[in-house]
Amino acid sequence: MMSKNPSQIFDIAVVGAGAMGATAALHLARSGMRVALIDRGEICREASGVNAGTLTLHMTRAALIPYAMKGRELWLDAPNWLGMDVGARSAPGLSLAFTAAEREMLEKRAQARAAMGAPIRLITPAEALRIEPGLNPSLIAAAYCELDGHVTAYMTGRAYRKALVAANVTILENASVSEIEPDGGHYTILHEDGGRTTTKRLVLAGGVWLETMLAWLGLSVPIKCLINQLAVTERMRPVMQTVVGIANGLLSLKQFENGSVLIGGGWQGIGDPIRGGVETIPENLIGNVQLARHAIPALGDTRILRIWLGLESETADAMPIIGPLSGFDDAYVIGGVHSGYTSAPYMGRLLADRILGREPEMPLFDPARLIKNPEEIA
Amino acid sequence: MSETCDVLVIGAGPAGTEAALSAAGCGLRVVLADEAPSAGGQVYRAPPDTFSGLPATPESRIGDALRRRLAESTVDTHFGHIVWSVSPDLRVDALAKEGPVSWSARKIIVATGAQERVVPFPGWTLPGIIGLAGATILLKSQRMLPGRSTLVAGQGPLLLAVAAGILKAGGTVAGVVDLSSRSEWLAQSPAFLTRPDLAARGAGWLARLHGTRVPFFYRHAIRRAVKRDENEIEVTIGPVDRSGCSIAGKERIFTVDAVAVGNGLVASTDVTRLLRAEHTFDEARGGWIPRIDADFRTSIAGLYTVGDGTGIAGAAAAALNGRLAGLVAARDLGALTGEAYEEKSAPLRRSAKRALGFGGAMAGLMALRPGQIKSIAEDAVVCRCEDVTRRDIDLAFADGARSANQLKAWTRCGMGPCQGRICGDIASALLAQTTGEHPRSGMFTGRTPFRPLPLTQLLEPVDYSELNLPPPAPL
Ligand SMILES: Cc1cc2nc3c(=O)[nH]c(=O)nc-3n(C[C@H](O)[C@H](O)[C@H](O)COP(=O)(O)OP(=O)(O)OC[C@H]3O[C@@H](n4cnc5c(N)ncnc54)[C@H](O)[C@@H]3O)c2cc1C
Ligand SMILES: Cc1cc2nc3c(=O)[nH]c(=O)nc-3n(C[C@H](O)[C@H](O)[C@H](O)COP(=O)(O)OP(=O)(O)OC[C@H]3O[C@@H](n4cnc5c(N)ncnc54)[C@H](O)[C@@H]3O)c2cc1C
Repeated sequence: MMSKNPSQIFDIAVVGAGAMGATAALHLARSGMRVALIDRGEICREASGVNAGTLTLHMTRAALIPYAMKGRELWLDAPNWLGMDVGARSAPGLSLAFTAAEREMLEKRAQARAAMGAPIRLITPAEALRIEPGLNPSLIAAAYCELDGHVTAYMTGRAYRKALVAANVTILENASVSEIEPDGGHYTILHEDGGRTTTKRLVLAGGVWLETMLAWLGLSVPIKCLINQLAVTERMRPVMQTVVGIANGLLSLKQFENGSVLIGGGWQGIGDPIRGGVETIPENLIGNVQLARHAIPALGDTRILRIWLGLESETADAMPIIGPLSGFDDAYVIGGVHSGYTSAPYMGRLLADRILGREPEMPLFDPARLIKNPEEIA
Repeated sequence: MSETCDVLVIGAGPAGTEAALSAAGCGLRVVLADEAPSAGGQVYRAPPDTFSGLPATPESRIGDALRRRLAESTVDTHFGHIVWSVSPDLRVDALAKEGPVSWSARKIIVATGAQERVVPFPGWTLPGIIGLAGATILLKSQRMLPGRSTLVAGQGPLLLAVAAGILKAGGTVAGVVDLSSRSEWLAQSPAFLTRPDLAARGAGWLARLHGTRVPFFYRHAIRRAVKRDENEIEVTIGPVDRSGCSIAGKERIFTVDAVAVGNGLVASTDVTRLLRAEHTFDEARGGWIPRIDADFRTSIAGLYTVGDGTGIAGAAAAALNGRLAGLVAARDLGALTGEAYEEKSAPLRRSAKRALGFGGAMAGLMALRPGQIKSIAEDAVVCRCEDVTRRDIDLAFADGARSANQLKAWTRCGMGPCQGRICGDIASALLAQTTGEHPRSGMFTGRTPFRPLPLTQLLEPVDYSELNLPPPAPL
């Protein structure tokens, strides 16, 4: 679907319709800009529609805790600002330790996050079992966070699409971008099918594809691609109320209202940015599920219905890249956020504020630190 | 447990069993895996062991012969094994009562057959309403009637087979409701005559049905079904046009205790979809099917596929092509010279072509018609696992869902225990009809596991210290 009027010049074009790009586009449009949101597929079908939906502070990088807390609030408040409930629910989160080494890790990680403002505290096994009776009683320590929860990630796209349509954003789906040419105060976006979109300002919001996107502008920023695996069970009787993880971050476990249990934790599968996440590694699936069942033994009574994989991006220093691209007029980037679904609604807003000339509430993450060959900038 | 073999065949229907036998006949190490308790597939399914002394039928004779040849062969068979994952490096994972098993193979032949389709109408999920193909299984392998009085409805040759089967087993057929017209059947008769044996059997069925004055309603379809009391279902049928669309005309109501309804078969493509082999859309042959070359090769190296899973063509074609596929794999592995292959395959190819003519005519009568999709009522449940109605699908379309996968995410259509095997093709046909472009709405992405995996069976209890945990995420 190409833009109906090719001579139209947008105030801003956002390339990449995941939660990061879609949030920025929504706020920009609501502030009066004429916005094009462009994706090579359909809205929120990549990381932002297939992730585990954990609103997590236990797993958020310590430095990003303040952002994640804001993002979590926004998800819970989605009916008000987004216009639709995306299944966001608040639930306490537990991170468990089963060995002495894990206990040490748990303490260190909890301390670092608490220092950044996360209300995480260490509790005894007995207390943990009171909060979550379904836990394996062999745990030796736990960290507790009242502010956790989950979202039904597959509903993200529907909510955003409705909101974006209502805000008059021009949504171009199945409109893969192959190149971008900066020319005299404009950017010409060339689509694979021969179409083009012209815009005054540009946001690149391409998830794991940011490396390719930045290369369109001659910038070299290595982006690592993680191929995360998730598994979901059939609906079962209630076996847990909290979000359960373990100290090293390799488990995320929750039960949704419909009774299905989602098992994640960043175990890796096979795939790449070109083919997508194509395949589970059976050992990793079995390992992930074994860990889940160890944490909540009642999971032994259920069946795995489906396993899928999604692509998560990581920068060289494992921190986000959000902000203007120096050397370019009005070109911006947003992405590379670990556990970035939690903070996406907040980070997208921060970038929109910056573009609209408002002082963002919290600092952005200067891309310049990761750009390898600044001398290449045209 | 992990083992290696030359050729691994998934599915022991006529296609897979013959493929395994012919590859093993060339001296290869062949593994054959099927979730069923024995070979035969849907058509030649063996009755349970506890049944004995049953009268032989043409199918039971073919099935018994097939099982005997398999038992006498060197094929390493694994029944009761659900294949749940296949990797592009040709590793196959299966789950049996005893736990997980995996094999790595030099070539894989996928012969997973087809599954049946029911075009939804309000009430189709009521107890007492079963598929035509399911009814054949009841009649053939369990020797059971669907009910005392059964309405038989839908399209394709299984209609007659089921209606005649019910009569033969002593049941009552309240009526046969056929989407096709009499002339559409007649138009296929030249193709049917390529298999005089089967044509004669069909004629015999028809004579028996007419002899017992079973009423026939051509160009009719079920509109809705309602449960009346414990055992009674009230079914309303009405006339349809050539495209299968409901039209004004006399509605009739039947009160029965069972309904057998089926609208053809859909190729089962779990494995080829998972591996992202190329697929094409072919309505006449059961929807999305893998693209294969003349030698059953998919676009994935080392992966072949044969039988109804490559497009509906029936049991005879499945068996002949299965034998060919086994020979191709043997030739590709160097177990058969080019010459020997030519010699063995030439007569098979000729017979396979003839069988395809007959199978194609059958498949044509089973193909989905556009009006059938158009006529699906708003409140008809499309996805029975997750209770998604046509209205839900139309609303998702109105919100901007254009692909089968987006529809699934927005409605949960296809997210239940059957993972879209039953609703997948109807859901994407509904989207396609609204967009007017079938290929674009696409098909549900293939995922593992192919069947739900019980955790107790998958995992042996291990000590925490034995878990092989990857390194932790950064702080
Ligand atoms: C399996 C998995 C589980 C996760 N679990 C969690 C969790 O529990 N909690 C949490 O907080 N985070 C989680 N994450 C991380 C989170 O999903 C991501 O950080 C976040 O969704 C990233 O959003 P994004 O908008 O940057 O990228 P994406 O959602 O990937 O969006 C990028 C978009 O760019 C588009 N694009 C790419 N190339 C082109 C092109 N050439 N032209 C046009 N468009 C293009 C893509 O189609 C895509 O839609 C998980 C991630 C994965 C993969
Ligand atoms: C329910 C049903 C009933 C039918 N009844 C009749 C009939 O009465 N008369 C008639 O002429 N035609 C009938 N057909 C059509 C007939 O099945 C085919 O034309 C013919 O059997 C095709 O042979 P095949 O070898 O390709 O597949 P099939 O005979 O379908 O064999 C496929 C085999 O693969 C196995 N399999 C599939 N997936 C897996 C997995 N993941 N793991 C392990 N094993 C797997 C199945 O258990 C099955 O044994 C029926 C079809 C269906 C679906």
